[in-house]
Amino acid sequence: MNFDFADEAPKLAMLLYGVVAFVVVVGGLLLLLDVVPTRLARRRQARLAAAVATGTPLEPGRRRSREGLFALFFLLPTVLLLGIGLVIPAIRTLVLSLKNGDSTQWVGLRNYGWMIDRPEIVDILRNTALWVLLVPLLATSVGLIYAVLVDRARLEALAKSLIFLPMAISFVGAGIIWKFVYAFRPAGADQIGLLNQIWVWLGGEPQQWLANPPLNTLLLIVVMIWIQAGFAMVVLSAAIKAIPTDMIEAARIDGVNAWQQFWRITLPGIRPALVVVVVTVSIATLKLFDIVRTMTNGNFDTNVIATELYNQAFRYGETGQGSALAVVLFILVIPIVIYQVRSLRRQREV
Amino acid sequence: MAVFARPRQAFVMAGVLGLAVGATACGSDDGDNLSSDSPECAVYEPYQGNSGTEVSIYASIRDAEADLLERSWEQFADCTGIEIDYEGSGEFEAQLQVRVDGGNAPDISLIPQPGLVNRFAQAGKLKPASAETKAMAEENYAADWLQYSTVNGEFYGAPLGSNVKSFVWYSPKMFQEQGWSVPTSWDDLIKLSDQAAADGITPWCVGIESGDATGWPATDWIEDVLLRTQTPEVYDQWTTHAIPFNDPRVVDAVDRAGTILRNDTYVNGGYGGVKSIATTSFQEAGLPILQDECALHRQASFYANQWPAESELAEDGDIFAFYFPPVDPAKGKPVLGGGEFTVAFDDRPEVQAVQTYLASGEYANSRAKLGNWVSANTKLDLSNVANPIDRLSVELLQDEQTVFRFDGSDLMPAAVGAGTFWKEMVSWISGKETAAALTAIESSWPS
Amino acid sequence: MTTTTPTRAGTDAPPTVAGRVRRRLNTRWATAASIVIAIVWTIPTFGLLVSSFRPEDQIKTTGWWTFFADPQLTLENYEQVLFGRSSSAGQLASYFLNSIVITLPSVLFPLAFAALAAYALAWINFRGRDWIYIGIFALQIVPLQMALVPLLSFFSQGVGVGGIELLPAWNLDDEQRFIQVWFAHTCFALPLGVFLLHNFVSQLPRDLMEAARVDGATHPRIFRTIVLPLITPALAAYGIFQFLWVWNDLLVALIFAGGGDETAPLTVRLAELAGTRGNEWQRLTSGAFVAIVVPLLVFLSLQRYFVRGLLAGSVKG
Repeated sequence: MNFDFADEAPKLAMLLYGVVAFVVVVGGLLLLLDVVPTRLARRRQARLAAAVATGTPLEPGRRRSREGLFALFFLLPTVLLLGIGLVIPAIRTLVLSLKNGDSTQWVGLRNYGWMIDRPEIVDILRNTALWVLLVPLLATSVGLIYAVLVDRARLEALAKSLIFLPMAISFVGAGIIWKFVYAFRPAGADQIGLLNQIWVWLGGEPQQWLANPPLNTLLLIVVMIWIQAGFAMVVLSAAIKAIPTDMIEAARIDGVNAWQQFWRITLPGIRPALVVVVVTVSIATLKLFDIVRTMTNGNFDTNVIATELYNQAFRYGETGQGSALAVVLFILVIPIVIYQVRSLRRQREV
Repeated sequence: MAVFARPRQAFVMAGVLGLAVGATACGSDDGDNLSSDSPECAVYEPYQGNSGTEVSIYASIRDAEADLLERSWEQFADCTGIEIDYEGSGEFEAQLQVRVDGGNAPDISLIPQPGLVNRFAQAGKLKPASAETKAMAEENYAADWLQYSTVNGEFYGAPLGSNVKSFVWYSPKMFQEQGWSVPTSWDDLIKLSDQAAADGITPWCVGIESGDATGWPATDWIEDVLLRTQTPEVYDQWTTHAIPFNDPRVVDAVDRAGTILRNDTYVNGGYGGVKSIATTSFQEAGLPILQDECALHRQASFYANQWPAESELAEDGDIFAFYFPPVDPAKGKPVLGGGEFTVAFDDRPEVQAVQTYLASGEYANSRAKLGNWVSANTKLDLSNVANPIDRLSVELLQDEQTVFRFDGSDLMPAAVGAGTFWKEMVSWISGKETAAALTAIESSWPS
Repeated sequence: MTTTTPTRAGTDAPPTVAGRVRRRLNTRWATAASIVIAIVWTIPTFGLLVSSFRPEDQIKTTGWWTFFADPQLTLENYEQVLFGRSSSAGQLASYFLNSIVITLPSVLFPLAFAALAAYALAWINFRGRDWIYIGIFALQIVPLQMALVPLLSFFSQGVGVGGIELLPAWNLDDEQRFIQVWFAHTCFALPLGVFLLHNFVSQLPRDLMEAARVDGATHPRIFRTIVLPLITPALAAYGIFQFLWVWNDLLVALIFAGGGDETAPLTVRLAELAGTRGNEWQRLTSGAFVAIVVPLLVFLSLQRYFVRGLLAGSVKG
């Protein structure tokens, strides 16, 4: 059978419906919000006039409640979708973590006890900590350094594309690429893995990189850094370009050198972007499971919480234990949430 | 959502887009539709009466093998008017659970793990097989096989394809050049291994890396050896947890497997020492045989697909397999194998018709003719099996002397059979003590 | 494509901070460092690209770098990927189209909803807004896998409480299943989207907003006429990330689109190409490149939005 446009027509029609729905929903929402308040305002004016005429005072807080109405409509789609798509599942996960493997009986905190009893839990927690510390730190650093280095350089667009390239590859694809890099062949045979080839050229014995803890976890972390540095670089580069030029001029007049300038102007200037990058990468790293799953599946002491979660809940049918691990992830993100609360407060005070 | 339910309207929209030009002209699909009264359709008489219905099938079989699968029931579908909507996925086990829990189960699923069949049956998600399906299955399959899809006395579906795991791949040419002969007992096998090592060829190639399923080939080794050192009854007790996982008899079997797997003079041809087993992918593990870097590779019948197309697969060719010999040949022929079971999540008549058809001899032969397939269906005609390894497998499965047992890790709860058993075998290959590894598995058995 | 940005180098370049840092640092070292990073970052993908053109047995026995000493070129891997099934040649085109149909609305909806929400959370005064924002932010951590089952049952069984049906099942077939996929992607994208855009929107100058309010502009008008134009670069950036995420997604597609050629995207088909026992993985090398092409084009063509300099920053102050 050849590629037949007739078969594809319904898809394109669906796409058209989708886009029309988008225009109707979003456009409609904005239009609604534009028209209704005008009406309200008119009525309010009428009431105001009436109030002035009769001499009764206008009740306070009206403006505030109208603001609330706006907010409601602006937030409505997001809150609805999040409620269905994420809030209910989160609550369900919490409930399931108190039930047994096939969710038929309540078991209290047994799933949490199971977690603590397992001998490998220490490894899993240590690895997760390593991931969450190293990936945001190194990915952001590489991204920042590179963004500064190539800023306004010749062929900047090309240079950025090269670093960004890994972002365009799925996690599973990245896992396959790097498994290739780390591949092992015994001494004497042709190496097919680049790392071992370089190692041999340098005079070493070929290594089974992925089977040697603790180095293997670091090698897996490299894959995630490889992917996320592109994200960091793009966001930070945009932030760097947004620093107002007059600040630089002022600095130049003050005779500040490049190093000081970086620390005194660039870094504070891009601080919000830096926070966004670090927070986003941290959360992505906490949730990451595909890289570990495709490359070692947690063998050789490389397991992390998210991979174990996936295995327990979806491979082993132990929904309760999987959910308990998910709850631990929720808990791990609390420090980041608290940080967000604080910085939000600070922002509001200004 | 009513708008979207009108395909005609969708078509008009597409026309507006200018993309459906000439669409109607080339819209004629498969022209040779059989009507239900053509002579070819006579055999499908029992399944008639469901025309215009649709049955969805979900399984782990994909790509080229899925093509063959879909072709194998084409005539059935044309004759009965039942449209079969097949979907295969590499993430089958996890996805199936999500779909069932989410209330979106397929009509029929081909499940390769009796443990999973058991779980869905216990949870009340599966529909028991109809009387017709049951009768058909009992007629065509040995009781050994049917027990795996029977839960609490209720029968849930017939087996479909099978594979034989008790095979050792070797190169007939190499054996001939070296003057070796195919071993028929465990002792011969060890002698052959020593001989090969003395002749300068590493006897064994092993690889257990398999992405997120890493470790499974090692579990097959253990099961095959246990089936040879103990009675099938002990094996059954082990898989059902009637005896502990770390029973001394099991420890003994693992140690015996270790005399090959953890022996640096025996392994790992072309890849290095014992430790390289854990990172060698099972797909590549046997290939060094072709370079004379190792002599033997124990792996299932489906490993036939891994050999390069240009190597000749025959009893006197470049590559072939012999039956993994028993410890005591007088005690019969234990055969370890696997296969998938046709179970249904719905009991509409058309679903039951398809389920019954897939258990029939007609289906088995229709599929076997397309090649690359083995089944334990006793109606399967050997003359329809072209591939020599498939033929050897079918002969083994149909042999009266054969004591068939299903792959133990597929029978156990997934937390063990697809979890700790695999993982601890990886640790064991990497040097963990046998007793410690088996105790760890035992303690992970879900209560 | 690479000339969309100013490529002037040297003394007449406008003095941005980084530009000056770079110039003042030992330039030779800076250049060397950036080249080294670029090479290290590109080599793994480059190796894959080379591998994708090598014959199967070569990929499995020798390193890709030996290609340059002994070039053996084949297009077979690409042929297999693009026209693999003899019975259904040209199928990949169909999956390609599915990917596009899935991706466009799955990018547009979250973009719009997140922008609206971010504006409300940043600039409308109402009680509890900080808590809503923190709540949305925290939802980022919910693992996608845990959300699949409830969302699927929402589609396939509807919503009911104690036997009373509040919302019927959706009962979508064939092409209509795209709706499920859009819905799912939109849900899962919103927490990150709101977080990223809120960060941006909340940094817009307060004076600008207040001036508009004094002039009597309503929130929708401010959003349309002032905020939207200012956050275009941020929208583009987030749009690209959302695009990449949806394009590369396998999990959501497997559950909500299924595996047929009516709705399944490219990723599902490519995963299938590895063969039942993962034995055809040489196809993955070429498959990966087929899948990379579109995201790369999107990045290259939208890149100037990043580079143009974020307007929001330049009005600040």
